[in-house]
Amino acid sequence: MANTSATLDKKTLLWMYETMVVIRKFEESSKREADAGKLRGMHSSIGQEAVPTGISAHLRDDDYALGTHRSHHHCIAKGVDLNEMMAELLGKATGTNKGKGGTMHIADINKGMLGANGVVGSNIPVAVGAALSAKVKGNDSVSVVYFGDGAANQGSLHEAMNLASIWKLPVIFVCENNRYAESTPFEYSVAGESVAKRAEGYAMPGVEADGQSVLEMWEVGKEAIRRARAGEGPTLIEAMTYRYHGHFGADDPLNYRTQEEEDYYEARDCVEQLKNHILDTGKATEEELASLDEKAGVSVSAATKFADESPFPLPEELTTDVYVNV
Amino acid sequence: MKPDVLKKQAWKSQGPPSDKTRKLTFIQAVNEAIRQAMREDPTVIVMGEDIAGAPGREEQGFIDAWGGPTRLTKGLIQEFGPERIRDTPISEAGFVGAGVGAAATGLRPLVDLMYAGFFGVCADQITNNAAKMHYMFGGKVNVPLTIMTNIGAGANSAAQHSETIYSVFAHYPGLKCVVPSDPYTAKGLFISAIRDNDPVIIFNHKLLMGMRAGPEVPEEPYEVPIGKANVVQEGADVTLTGVGYTTQICIEAAAELSQQGYSAEVVDLLTVSPMDEETVLESVKKTRRIVIVDEDYPRCSFASDVSALVAEQAFDYLDAPPCRVTPPHTLVPYSLALEPLFIPTVERVVAAATEVLQ
Repeated sequence: MANTSATLDKKTLLWMYETMVVIRKFEESSKREADAGKLRGMHSSIGQEAVPTGISAHLRDDDYALGTHRSHHHCIAKGVDLNEMMAELLGKATGTNKGKGGTMHIADINKGMLGANGVVGSNIPVAVGAALSAKVKGNDSVSVVYFGDGAANQGSLHEAMNLASIWKLPVIFVCENNRYAESTPFEYSVAGESVAKRAEGYAMPGVEADGQSVLEMWEVGKEAIRRARAGEGPTLIEAMTYRYHGHFGADDPLNYRTQEEEDYYEARDCVEQLKNHILDTGKATEEELASLDEKAGVSVSAATKFADESPFPLPEELTTDVYVNV
Repeated sequence: MKPDVLKKQAWKSQGPPSDKTRKLTFIQAVNEAIRQAMREDPTVIVMGEDIAGAPGREEQGFIDAWGGPTRLTKGLIQEFGPERIRDTPISEAGFVGAGVGAAATGLRPLVDLMYAGFFGVCADQITNNAAKMHYMFGGKVNVPLTIMTNIGAGANSAAQHSETIYSVFAHYPGLKCVVPSDPYTAKGLFISAIRDNDPVIIFNHKLLMGMRAGPEVPEEPYEVPIGKANVVQEGADVTLTGVGYTTQICIEAAAELSQQGYSAEVVDLLTVSPMDEETVLESVKKTRRIVIVDEDYPRCSFASDVSALVAEQAFDYLDAPPCRVTPPHTLVPYSLALEPLFIPTVERVVAAATEVLQ
């Protein structure tokens, strides 16, 4: 019998747990690096770990993922190397992008990470192109694009959904609805107060999911990716989630949202929920989870040390990579 | 006919004019300019992402959570309300296009495009509509739209959030492009731009935001004329031209050159389009040498335009070829080790000036 989220095997559950813990520890460490002035500000993904983790459980290295300005969690869930990611954050030569892209632009084509992107909505049509490439080449790779509730109002999403639908492309549009576009509340900016419903106009399934439940993300991701691989076309998933921190380092979110709201979401923390599920169902022991916590801590510390000790790019790198051939 | 909501908020005289001046930051100067422009003309509205912040949550006690990405519009919503200070969704094509339409039909919108690099999202609205409507419609429709946008490297923000790309817009006839260099010119250019009947784009450099240097800022509204450069300091040996942030670089470079015994004239270009050719030519005919300092990409750029102007129209006066100090033809790097190599520096300007002075 095929897995459902209620009967998930131990290996998948522990992979998801470890991935989310690694993301959280990576973000905590990168915030410390930012506070120390080694990078000037970043967009923390803490709180949103479950969304790409549940989706990525179904992805292979030859599937594509594309992200946003807030994309560290997408990259980690897609398997991008932690050392190279942290080095990129610090602008080092050993970074994923040789220090040229930084926190908002991490890319690793070998892992199918086709790049985070700093322009809201900009990556969505690019994901359609990656899916087109898979279709034309005749393989069953799929393309996942993450974007926020803010990007739901960009024309690029609508044009991309239409194109993906008429061409039946293997795209999974994942809206991480964390309720805020910078300081602008979702209920103000999104007409109809649903992103998922917009799928109807483009003749594709639109699914709303609890983005704080990695099990639910796993479940909806499974069906969307099955559809895509089977050539049945795109799906739009609206994952209801929450970022615990401000839009970026210096932003105090209590200028636009309440403490009660923050408490509500933190009480439904995605890592804690999965931990409780694993323990309640007896899939693993406290000790096993603790050892994964420790392993994650060690990996992130090692990545941070690697980044700190790595060299900066040489001055001549300023003008390399502008063209393939000059 | 004006909507009722605009009539209600018409400016009431605040008393006799004042001739007082004081030090303001760039942000304060811009904020005051917008406030005064809105007071004097009820058709002025402002649109953009998070220009107030927390929209729709006034009743929960949240208002003005951001006041703009760089706080340029802080405090305006309390005076003018959400009808005139309009937070927008992240929909640049939508709200810049709406700015064009509103401008063509009787409002004077000021639209905030957070970073110049985001123009890509709404380029059609700026280049095909804002720039062309007046001409295509036989001069019968005006588009008094003002767009303000952030430019500049130096904030570790990588290639999409750091561009200084006014040359792209200057390429289009129909658009006016201005670049303030300090708080004084910021206030005056904002007032001029909002009052102007053509579409004007104001490029604010990120590194100038906290700056208080330059002349004191008058309390009263005043205009810095669009299309006019300013000779910041006179000199005899070499002309240094700057635009926005690079004007500050030129002023510092001139001070260093003076210690070496050279007298540099600093011309703050202020308007990228239409260019004040006369001031540049007059200066270079006097000094016979020019160093053009610009942070935009060097190819097909404003700096190359100034260089061509001087070469074509002042050739016989020149003692050295025109010299440009710009970034190399590359994109803005993220790494803190590379980014400073992109931006023109005082040292590079002094070195270039010394070279043309040999």
